[in-house]
Amino acid sequence: MTGLAPSVAAATGPVIPDYSAHSSRCVVENHFFCPEWVSHNWGAVLWPALRQHIVLTLIAVGIGFAISVALALAAHRYRVVERPTLLVTTFLYTIPSLALFELLVAPVGANIYAAEIALVSYTLLILFRNILTGLREVPREVLDAAEGMGMTRRQALLRVELPLALPAIVAGLRIAVVTIIALATIVYTIYDKGLGVPIHTALGEGPFKTELIAAGGLTVLLALAADGALVLAQRALTPWARARAS
Amino acid sequence: MHDFVEAFRFIAHDGAVAGQPGLPSLSHLALETLRVSAIGIAISLAIAIPLGAWLGHIHRGSFLAINLGNIGRALPSLAVLAIGDAFLGLGLTVVELALVILAVPPIVTNAYLGVDGVDRDLVDAARGMGMSEREILTRVELPLAVPLMFAGIRTAAVFVVSTTTIASLAGFSGSLGDIIANETSYHFSGVLGAAICVAALALAVEGALTLLQRALTPRGLRVTWGMRTRQRAPAPGLT
Repeated sequence: MTGLAPSVAAATGPVIPDYSAHSSRCVVENHFFCPEWVSHNWGAVLWPALRQHIVLTLIAVGIGFAISVALALAAHRYRVVERPTLLVTTFLYTIPSLALFELLVAPVGANIYAAEIALVSYTLLILFRNILTGLREVPREVLDAAEGMGMTRRQALLRVELPLALPAIVAGLRIAVVTIIALATIVYTIYDKGLGVPIHTALGEGPFKTELIAAGGLTVLLALAADGALVLAQRALTPWARARAS
Repeated sequence: MHDFVEAFRFIAHDGAVAGQPGLPSLSHLALETLRVSAIGIAISLAIAIPLGAWLGHIHRGSFLAINLGNIGRALPSLAVLAIGDAFLGLGLTVVELALVILAVPPIVTNAYLGVDGVDRDLVDAARGMGMSEREILTRVELPLAVPLMFAGIRTAAVFVVSTTTIASLAGFSGSLGDIIANETSYHFSGVLGAAICVAALALAVEGALTLLQRALTPRGLRVTWGMRTRQRAPAPGLT
């Protein structure tokens, strides 16, 4: 768009934050997108941020999943657990990310713990609701059959209910992962990690379009890739679903 | 705890900071946040409800309606705002554009699911009574779709309030996020006070929409919370 024809103002000086010694004309004039900047800065700027982003996401979804499974199993067995859990998780989910990060800085400090507590709290509503729905949709007759075969309650849960709930569980995981990848770009406001860091740098001066597109694009690509990977994982884990469909 | 005491003092003084006379008041910024968010939600509703309801009415486009929701979720607010800033310059227009891009997908998806999921027998009965297609949509399908439709609207509203504050990180000025992004002037007590206000604002918006939903839900559909999950489990995670 306008970036293709650099304005005179943009060309008056180097505006580029993460520029290297060999800045090309494209970078100095802040063109639409400069592939050579990306290749020069991949190792020093983009890859570390991407790796940190993946780690932030994995920790958050891992912990969130463990908590949600426990809560969903409890709610599955004891109905009274459901309503308070939904109230609390909905409350947490509603608080805007920027505010929640700052609210956690006061008691926890500006560190990875505050970042992860906030991210985990956003996974709970999504995962809890999906796991519980999955467990509840297991047909009564299937459970009766399991009992008739002499399975204990624990065996029925592990071998019948959880496998049958897998599609709903994976659906929840997909949404949680994609949501957390998007939210983790705000983590930089309290903890200097993730793809929000290069976005922030690029906004700071200029704004430098190439870095914005590269870092923003990487965030979206990461979300789409994670989503695709989970779809494949679900297909591999539920072979019966495909057999029935064909 | 001391931080929170200071934060509430900041709120009680309506955002006044000693030695910083020129700063906008907290209530002014809170109202601005609401105004920017309300414009974004209004535009999104005007686009998304007719589109989703119409697709649901003709039972077409499920692929579009559902995947739109999934793609929308993958877009990080900050990146959308930043890229809009890079190309168009950050003003109210770009912020509203970003809000609409983020809010339309969940509303379309849920309006589609709500209308598409209405019992076909009811629609046939309405048709048999001589209702026009338009009447079927506005008097049968839309009222019955209210619970799911509002789930989408509430998700979108939370996104919008959240993104309005994030716009300050991208350099837009005119929301409570301005305080959070400017710790130098406001100190940590101000940042924390603003964060409390943002959280309260989002919860208030969510609460108001819940009340509105209750008022708009046809009486026959009003059931207690626990029962709803048993009768009609929401499509996994789409709400």
